[in-house]
Amino acid sequence: MTALDEHETANPATPAPAPRRPSRRDRGIDPIPWWLIVIGAVVALYFILPTLIVIPLSFSSASAFQFPPQDFSLRWYENFFTDPIWLSSLGNSFLVATLAAIIATVVGTAAAVGLDRLTGRLAAFARTLLMISLVTPAIVVAVAVYIAFLQWHLTGSVFGYVIAHAALGVPFVLVSVTAALGGFDPKLLRASASLGASPIRSFITVTMPLISRGVLTGAIFAFVTSFDEVVIALFLRSPTFQTLPVQMYNSVTFELDPTISASSSLVVVAVTIIFLVPLLIGSRRTKKR
Amino acid sequence: MTISSTSRAGTPTSSASAASAASAAKQGTQIRLEGVTKDYGLAAPAVDDISLTIEPGEFMTLLGPSGSGKTTTLNLIAGFETLTSGTIALNGSDVGSLPPHKRNLGMLFQNYALFPHMTVAQNVAYPLKERKVPKAEIARRVSEVLDLVQLPDRDGNYPSQLSGGQQQRVALARAIVFNPAALLLDEPLGALDRNLRAALQTEIRRIHREVGSTFVFVTHDQEEAMNLSDRIALFNSGHIEQVGSPEQLYREPDTLFTARFLGDSNVFDLDGAASATSAGWDGRTWSIVPGTVSSHPGAANRAAVVVRPEDVRVAHDPADVPSGSNSVGAVVRDLEYMGSYRTALLDLGRVRQLGRARVDALDSTFTVGDQVTAWWKPERQRIVAA
Repeated sequence: MTALDEHETANPATPAPAPRRPSRRDRGIDPIPWWLIVIGAVVALYFILPTLIVIPLSFSSASAFQFPPQDFSLRWYENFFTDPIWLSSLGNSFLVATLAAIIATVVGTAAAVGLDRLTGRLAAFARTLLMISLVTPAIVVAVAVYIAFLQWHLTGSVFGYVIAHAALGVPFVLVSVTAALGGFDPKLLRASASLGASPIRSFITVTMPLISRGVLTGAIFAFVTSFDEVVIALFLRSPTFQTLPVQMYNSVTFELDPTISASSSLVVVAVTIIFLVPLLIGSRRTKKR
Repeated sequence: MTISSTSRAGTPTSSASAASAASAAKQGTQIRLEGVTKDYGLAAPAVDDISLTIEPGEFMTLLGPSGSGKTTTLNLIAGFETLTSGTIALNGSDVGSLPPHKRNLGMLFQNYALFPHMTVAQNVAYPLKERKVPKAEIARRVSEVLDLVQLPDRDGNYPSQLSGGQQQRVALARAIVFNPAALLLDEPLGALDRNLRAALQTEIRRIHREVGSTFVFVTHDQEEAMNLSDRIALFNSGHIEQVGSPEQLYREPDTLFTARFLGDSNVFDLDGAASATSAGWDGRTWSIVPGTVSSHPGAANRAAVVVRPEDVRVAHDPADVPSGSNSVGAVVRDLEYMGSYRTALLDLGRVRQLGRARVDALDSTFTVGDQVTAWWKPERQRIVAA
């Protein structure tokens, strides 16, 4: 993957339904100059390198962090997959992230569709309210959630994690679905209505397929946001229930065990695959057209 | 590409059978508007107390300048706008409070509004699927209607792979495949270039004939309206100025607005009200014959004489003007060559008033600057409300 690809696919919120842009050559634009490619590559490395160091680290046989690794070994992966604490926190994270992403996607999509053609103060206020968790410091949210959940006895429960994380995911869904709706022609809903489809049928058969990439992108962001969220999760943890980031944090603070590099590598690979899904689906759909 | 209503003439039997299948199910619906008003709370209502009855199977055009309320009226019929007051009835039953998807009206949009994620066949099948028509019947009706619009072999294409004219044909097929009570057309040819427009006009007329259902067509293009319509309702700032056949509106306008909106006209604002037999303009007295005076109530107070350029002749010598004609002296200001004829622009002496007359293309006796007499038969003029 070159810097050019990064550049072209950098914005995941680009609406899907629009036909793919013609290539630069077809549009009569000069090819990208070499120095821009170099700069792009440097920036890309700057972002990716720290993440990539963790992967060789996880294959080291030493029992302390050592870079570059001396011997190759899978012992930390073995450790990860045999330790019930690591495994259960991985399972918990998947469970919480999946449920939180589902709720955030439903709420965020509904909000985006509802607010789409609304202007005026009330709509702007509603939009701001839904986006507020993006700018609020995580620790503030965490403390507030913790105090509230203590009263409601929601700390350490799956439900508590899910609704706290879902709230964090809503802004991502709202933004990506709003962007997708920007490329959606509202006249299509008049057409479907004139053809006999109720508003709900129109949403299912016309709106949804045309904004699906925006929805999927939002859902993935919501999933990943929950999956690597650590501050709220630290406050909400209980002896019986904790997520993977919390377990990783524990492992760094109390044990300093290279198993964390194995788990980090797994998370990196998993998240990368998750982000690639909409791109692959998108390109397949483009080919079909 | 130009459309091939002639080169595809090999399929008349199939389209005829499709048409009979379509028209057998439903023959036209009467659309009755009574006191229809839409007020957005602006200075004047967008549509102000309109009453209009569109007969079953009729091709009715709502014509008017932009902002005259014609599109709002169509949207009120479709149900995309809610009535402020008045009633809309289809075949006698009030639909004013029904949502659009329950009105069973087909609609054609200027930007086609095809579903980009569906193929041509899926687009056309959409209204049938929503009505839970059995699969086999959907397939049969989709292919029938695609034959009717002469796009039989494009069913697997996506809309983005079709030209504008082809897309509008697909939209037309989709809008009639479910035998709607009527077809509403919202400037459907506005986005197409001139040649394609003409071809699709012919097409729409043919399909109206074959399907036989009521068509309500909105346009601001008077030529299109004259070409297509059984009747035209001419809109002017929220009300209907005049309703009638294209010929009636052209030959017998009631008001100055109608006379000016359809075709070219020479307008003479009369000095006073016209009497039954004569009218005065700029000191001249012109004769009036029965049957040429508009019954519009405004005509009793302020009237104007309207004469179409093709009815005005010019003569060098006033003695050549046939007796009984109305005439006015003029100077030829310019001659426009139109191919089959020439139009003379006439200076009528009054400030800023120019007349137009038709001159034979082969008649080379007239040149710019000539003193002439313009004349016309009084039965070719029309006295309208000014």
